[in-house]
Amino acid sequence: MTPRHRSIVWSFTRHSLLLCGAAFILLPFLWMISTASKPQTEIFTKSIHFIPHSFALWDNFATAFGKANLWRFLVNGVVVTVSIFLLQVLIALPAAYALAKLRFAGREVLFALVLFCILIPPQATAIPVFLLFHKLGILDSYAALIVPFTISAFGIFLMRQFFKTVPDDLIEAARMDGISEFGIVWRVMLPTAIPALTAFGIFSVVAHWNDYFWPLIVLNSEHLRTPPLGVASFRNEEAGTNYGPLMAAAIVIIAPLVVAFLLAQRRFIEGITLTGIK
Amino acid sequence: MVAPAFTLMCLLLLGPLLGVIALSFTDYQLGSPQFSWIGLANYQDMFGDRVFWLSLRNTLTYVAIVVPAAVALGLAVALLIESGGSLRTWYRTIYFLPVMATLIAMSIVWEFMLHPQFGLINGLLHGIGFEGFSWLQDRRTALYALCVIGIWQALGFNMVLFLAGLVSIPRQLYDAAEIDGAHGAWARFRLVTWPMLGPTTVFVVVITGIRSFQVFDTVHVLTKGGPSKSSEVLIHTMYVESFEFFRSGYGAALTVVFLVFVLLLTLIKSALANRGVHYA
Repeated sequence: MTPRHRSIVWSFTRHSLLLCGAAFILLPFLWMISTASKPQTEIFTKSIHFIPHSFALWDNFATAFGKANLWRFLVNGVVVTVSIFLLQVLIALPAAYALAKLRFAGREVLFALVLFCILIPPQATAIPVFLLFHKLGILDSYAALIVPFTISAFGIFLMRQFFKTVPDDLIEAARMDGISEFGIVWRVMLPTAIPALTAFGIFSVVAHWNDYFWPLIVLNSEHLRTPPLGVASFRNEEAGTNYGPLMAAAIVIIAPLVVAFLLAQRRFIEGITLTGIK
Repeated sequence: MVAPAFTLMCLLLLGPLLGVIALSFTDYQLGSPQFSWIGLANYQDMFGDRVFWLSLRNTLTYVAIVVPAAVALGLAVALLIESGGSLRTWYRTIYFLPVMATLIAMSIVWEFMLHPQFGLINGLLHGIGFEGFSWLQDRRTALYALCVIGIWQALGFNMVLFLAGLVSIPRQLYDAAEIDGAHGAWARFRLVTWPMLGPTTVFVVVITGIRSFQVFDTVHVLTKGGPSKSSEVLIHTMYVESFEFFRSGYGAALTVVFLVFVLLLTLIKSALANRGVHYA
């Protein structure tokens, strides 16, 4: 075999293997869209076909929106994820600035604590935080969904690493201009940190939009349900009978993040794999 | 400046962490007016409970299947993507999709695909002459079906980490290996790629391991640990005990077991990282 032939054979092998894998990865997405486009009679049949004979996607969306309060779930998802992110930034940025640029007693201990807190899995603190919220009487509220995540040790760590790279001269100049330390955080440090903050924002929003464990524990009321809880409860009510609308609802729930991802892939991959740089 | 962050860290992370350990030595139940220290009784109960051992065994099985598969496939896909020039971004996007898509919604899709009568999987199996399974309703297959979903979801994340690792390998090393007589893809992989990916691989294995120990979403939505506890896993048992039966003390003891495993993985990671898997 000449090298040219070999490279054609290899290229063929590479694409066939990758396409097989891609088929496995895409299968659930294709089947979801296909099922959401089929009328009931075509769903409950043993013959496999991906393209529906009669197109029922809009009917299924209408049924899904009629039976489950999907708009409400999406709005809840936005309220919760945006609030979490804003509060995380509000709390983490001053701490990150202090840990990176200020000298004070106990700084090293505090930073060690931050590193330790990154390792605590969210399931580990669930019972005590639940009991605390029960005592405070704030279970089953937006606060219960948001408050536990206002502190992000990972956010503090990440922003601290970034702030370390900001030159001290910039801060000195701001101090000369009479800007307060808090002013420096928001008016000098924040603008330099936009790329890091965007990546962290994506990381945070994706994690909390998709979170199921904590909302499941603290929520009872239907009107507070986040997207994953909403689609899960819709499925429980329609168990095994109404797959068309159910798949349509699944599309609605995953659409915001998937569309955002397709539009800004690099940023999303950067954000989601942030944990990879630890 | 650090006061708000420090206060919240104590209140929402460190305090609860100590709290859960303390709670595991009590018989506290939500709603009961008093509780008492009962020493190791929760742990004795736990070690005497068949469900705990099933749950632990299933969790370890899940980890033992998902971690090697998701790591090996993630590496394979990353290598295949890197080895050629065309369609890179397309493949990367496709393989990363499951990481983005809300797992609960996709679990429901998988449930329908695994439907015994009208599911796609059994339909395809019938097409090539096989008898299908009631995947999620059969105690022989339920856990393995969940493993497949776990691998499907974790693969793309690992691929991206490996891609980042591959990009950072200096080209000269391959040239040097070539001069030293390393011809062929396998020799290049064994002599350069694999050792240089050491730190990345350790990290990917540990993070996939920790995430697999946390498996909950798919179990809760698809099987509730059944049939007859065949897919019961640690965090699901903890959830049921703590938040359905409100046996907070016992749930805390289960949490501590979970923490021990996560800690163990973290220790393995730092031990390996310090033992010179860095070749660069």
